[in-house]
Amino acid sequence: MKRALLLIGLLLLSCIASAIDPLAFKDDVERVRFQKLVAELRCTVCQNQNLADSNAELAKDLRLKVFELMQEGRSDAQIKEFLVARYGDFVLYNPPVKPQTWVLWFGPGLVVLIGASFVVASIRRRARALPADAAGIEDQP
Amino acid sequence: MWRFLLPLGMAAALGVLLFAGLGIDPKLIPSPLIDKPAPVFDLPELNQPEARVSNGTLAGAPYVLNVWASWCPSCRDEHPVIEDLARSGKVRVVGLNWKDEPVDAKRWLAQFGNPYTDIAVDQSGRTGIDFGVYGAPETFLVDAKGVVRFKHVGTITHEVIAREIEPRLAQMQGAAP
Repeated sequence: MKRALLLIGLLLLSCIASAIDPLAFKDDVERVRFQKLVAELRCTVCQNQNLADSNAELAKDLRLKVFELMQEGRSDAQIKEFLVARYGDFVLYNPPVKPQTWVLWFGPGLVVLIGASFVVASIRRRARALPADAAGIEDQP
Repeated sequence: MWRFLLPLGMAAALGVLLFAGLGIDPKLIPSPLIDKPAPVFDLPELNQPEARVSNGTLAGAPYVLNVWASWCPSCRDEHPVIEDLARSGKVRVVGLNWKDEPVDAKRWLAQFGNPYTDIAVDQSGRTGIDFGVYGAPETFLVDAKGVVRFKHVGTITHEVIAREIEPRLAQMQGAAP
């Protein structure tokens, strides 16, 4: 049992380590920063993967580029800016709120609101349709 | 009556929306480079390794930059179209040999023909990243001032050239005195 658990644990770990290339980080802080950054960037080739997970050639190149930019002392924001200038907001898994992305950000909320208003209206209509005395019974102490 | 028609209408509207969505290719990412100066590059020329291809050497007239590689099957598909464009003499066609081995690239050109006036070699893919290339083939139209005017992702066709590239070229020639 213990051994099976250990195996499962190790297999889970292997997913985390998947596509990270051997890059020479000077310390753990830098490594963690890199991993966090590439997890927030989308691979443009296999669009449902982030840069950290993707094994595409281009993702490898882009990881290297991110690493190099980090070595040059650029901030996370500057690195994201660098990629957005080339590939557009599409590379960000967390795109900025601006007129072009309003539908993306507020669309789902709007749909929920519309749905909720229908549910509320329907419940009220049914409540009204019930005989007045039947509704009153429950309200009695 | 409304209780019946309203849900039906909403379902129909959603259906139309989703059906329209089917026609959109999610692989197409709009380029932020349009109407911006082309990224700076300075690369060796494939057939004359001592020569360079850069923004400077290409400035002065519009050019089409075709990103290709010998490993890319779609590049082979679009090759006759690129050749026709080059042969038409309407615009210079420059190649960007992307993430390729020069030996393979030369063999590919020897086999299929070389439509390019210049071929910049981007073996590391860094210039590709600067251009926002995410897969070959991709085709850019750059004007005489070095500003990117249009980008096509994927196999280019005669229709795309007639619809997107030729009108823009005519406009550029009209604008130039």
